[in-house]
Amino acid sequence: MPSPGSRAFFVLAGTVSAWPTPAYERELNVELTGAEIFVQCLKDEGVEYVFGYPGGAVLPIYDALYQQEAVKHILVRHEQAATHAADGYARSNGKPGVVLVTSGPGATNAVTGIATAYMDSIPMVVFTGQVPTALIGNDAFQEVDNIGITRPCVKHNFLVKDVKDLAETIKKAFYVATTGRPGPVVVDIPKDVSTNKTEYHYPKRIKMRSYNPVVKGHPRQIKKAVELIATAKRPMVYSGGGVILGEASRSLVEFTRLLNFPITNTLMGLGAYPSPDRQFVGMLGMHGTYEANMAMHNCDVLIAIGARFDDRVTGNIEKFCPTARIIHVDIDPASISKNVKVDVPIVGEVDQVLKAMIKEFKDGAPMPDAKALEPWWQQIEEWRAMDCLKFDRESELIKPQYVVETLYKITKGKAFVTSDVGQHQMWAAQFYQFDKPRRWINSGGLGTMGFGFPAAMGVQFAHPDETVCCITGEGSIQMCIQELSTCRQYGLPIKIINLNNRYLGMVRQWQEFFYQGRYAMSYMESLPDFVKLAESYGHIGIQVTKPADVEGALKEAMKVRDRVVFLDFITDQTENVYPMIPAGAGQNEMILI
Amino acid sequence: MRHIISILLENEAGALSRVAGLFSARGYNIESLTVAPTEDPSLSRMTLVTSGTDQVIEQITKQLNKLVDVVKLLDMMEAPHIERELMLVKVRAENSGRDEVKRLVDIFRGRIIDVSNTTYVIELTGAGDKLDAFLQAIDRGLILEVVRTGVSGIARGEKALHV
Repeated sequence: MPSPGSRAFFVLAGTVSAWPTPAYERELNVELTGAEIFVQCLKDEGVEYVFGYPGGAVLPIYDALYQQEAVKHILVRHEQAATHAADGYARSNGKPGVVLVTSGPGATNAVTGIATAYMDSIPMVVFTGQVPTALIGNDAFQEVDNIGITRPCVKHNFLVKDVKDLAETIKKAFYVATTGRPGPVVVDIPKDVSTNKTEYHYPKRIKMRSYNPVVKGHPRQIKKAVELIATAKRPMVYSGGGVILGEASRSLVEFTRLLNFPITNTLMGLGAYPSPDRQFVGMLGMHGTYEANMAMHNCDVLIAIGARFDDRVTGNIEKFCPTARIIHVDIDPASISKNVKVDVPIVGEVDQVLKAMIKEFKDGAPMPDAKALEPWWQQIEEWRAMDCLKFDRESELIKPQYVVETLYKITKGKAFVTSDVGQHQMWAAQFYQFDKPRRWINSGGLGTMGFGFPAAMGVQFAHPDETVCCITGEGSIQMCIQELSTCRQYGLPIKIINLNNRYLGMVRQWQEFFYQGRYAMSYMESLPDFVKLAESYGHIGIQVTKPADVEGALKEAMKVRDRVVFLDFITDQTENVYPMIPAGAGQNEMILI
Repeated sequence: MRHIISILLENEAGALSRVAGLFSARGYNIESLTVAPTEDPSLSRMTLVTSGTDQVIEQITKQLNKLVDVVKLLDMMEAPHIERELMLVKVRAENSGRDEVKRLVDIFRGRIIDVSNTTYVIELTGAGDKLDAFLQAIDRGLILEVVRTGVSGIARGEKALHV
C-alpha cells in the first residue's frame, strides 16, 4: 500500500478526518462521476469489502476507490477467486458479497463463481466493467456480452447505459440479490458511464412492480400442514440451505424439539440443526447416513423446509419416499413440486412459516401422538446402531476421516470450515459436526472445485478473529492455489487441510465402483512439494504422513495467526466415501462399508 | 396439451432474451412467440404458445413469474378466450388460376391485398387451425411464401390482463 502521504496528492474524497471533506459531502447538487457515485453507493449500502481485480474498463472506478478508505478493496489473483471470496463472505455472515472485475476476460473468469453462487442462492452483487457504450457491439478490445453470458446463472442482471440510472440500478441490484430467494446479480458498467457526471441520489427504498417476493405463508396452508403433522406416526424433518439463508435455525430447532421428530439436513443445510443432538440423524442423500436415508424412505409424513429435492438427495425419484405425504415450505414457488409432487405446499419465508406452525401447536392444535412415535424412534436407533460411518482406526496410513474428526475435536466444533469438491467434501460433511449455521461453507449445487480456498479468504475477512479451515484435496486446491499470494498480502491465517491421496478421489471411487477400475485420468502426478510451495509464498507448510502426528500438526497450525498453514496430509489412497447411493438407485439401496 | 400464455413484461432491452433463454435452458418447447409494446410504453405483451404436461406447464408459469422482468402472466387455457393469428401468403396467380384462388380466399374470409400480373398476396386472420386449413386447401404448388405472426390471445368477458 502506498503511504497516505503519497496519496494526499490525489485526494478528492476521504473519510479520514485529517483529509479534506469531499466536495459532494460539503455541498448539495454537486455532480459526481459515475465512479464516484459507485463508491458512494457502496458506502451507503454499508459495504465493507469489495473483492476484485482491476483492468482497463474499470480504471475510473479503481481511481475513485483509491481516494477513500471506507470501502476496502481486496486484491485477489484471479477473478474466479474474487467471486468465491465474496461468496464465502456472504455465506458466513449473511451480508451480500461484492465483486468488481473488468470487462471481457475479467468478467468471463468470474462466471464460474457467479454460477456457484446462483446454484446455492447466495446473495452477491458483481460489478463488471464494460467497454464504452459507443463501442458496445463493435468487438472492441476486451469486449464480451457480459449480460448475455451471465444471464442463465444470475438472479438478474443490468446493463447501465446512462450514468443517471447508475445509483438506482445499484440499489435495485442489492435489493434483488438479498430478498426473496437470494442470488447473484450482475451490474455491467460501461467505462463512459463511470466517467460521465450527474447528481448523486441514493434511494432509501425501492419498489419494483415486477418483483414482489412472497414473505408470509398462507394461513390455510399452514393449518393444513399442522393437521397433517398431527397424524404422523413415522415423521421426518428434512431441512436444507433455505433455513440457513432465511436465518431460521432457531425456529427449526424449536419446531423439531417441540414435536420430538427426527431431523436430517442436506449438504447445504448442515449446521441449521445442531449435529451432535439426539434427534439429528445426520446428512441425507448420496453420501448421507444409513439412518437418515432409511428414515426418509420409510417415513409417513415428510416435512421439507427450505430444501429443493435435489437429485443427489432424492436418488431415483420414482422410489423417493414411497409412503410419505409431503409438506414443503419454500420461499420460491418454482421449487415446489418441481421434482417431487407435494401434498401441502407453503410458499413463504421459512422462519415465518415455522413460527406460525409452532404457534398453532402452542395455541392448542392437536399434537402428534407421542406414543406412536416410540416404535419409530426405536427403529431409527436400530438403523443408527449400524454405525455406517465407521472406518479403520488401526490403519498405518492416515485415514482422511480421522483427520476431519480430529480437526472437529481440537477446534471443539467452533471453526468455520470451507471445502472444495469431492471425497474430502463428503468426509468434512460427515465428520465435522456443525452445530451452528453459516459455519459450513461449500459449493453444494454447482460442485465447483477450487471454491474452498478463496471462499475461506472471504470467511476470514468476515470473521477476522475466528479459526477458518479449508478442507481440500490435492486436486481441488490446485485450481485456485494462486490465492496463497493474496493470503500473504493480507496476512490471512487460513488452515489448509489438504487430504492428499494423489487421486481425484471421487472420480477414482466412481471408476472403481462403476467403471471396473479403469482409472482414466483420475491420478495426480507431478504434484508440487506443497510444503515448499507454501513456504515460497511466505507461509508455513507441514507434511504429515503418520496418523500419530495428525493431532499435533493440527494443534500446531492453530497457533499461527498471521499466515497460512498448509497441512499436507498424505492419506490412504484407497479410501472410499460410504455409505453411497449409486446414481439412479433408491434411498434404501445404499452401498455400505 | 397446448397452452397459450400471455405475459406482461417490462419493455426493456434483454427482456425477450430472458424469456427465450429460460425456455431453451430448461428444455421447454416454444411453438410460437409474439411480442410488441402495449398502450403503456413501459410494458410489452408477449403471447407464447407452448405444450407440455400439467406439471411442465406449472413449472413454466412459475419459472416465468420468477423472471424479474415479468410483471404478470395469464394462462389463457384457464378461462374462455379468443385466439387470433395473422397470415400473409404470396401465391402464384395466373390465367384461370386467378379466379380459383380468389374464390378460395373468399370462402376463408381472407383478402387479397397485393396484385401483380402473376401473383397475389393474401391476408388471412383467425385461429391457428383455420390458417392451417387454408394452407391445406390451396394448391401447394402455387404457394410462393408464407408468413405467420404467431398467436395472439385475449380472455373473454371481464377478465383482463393488466397492471
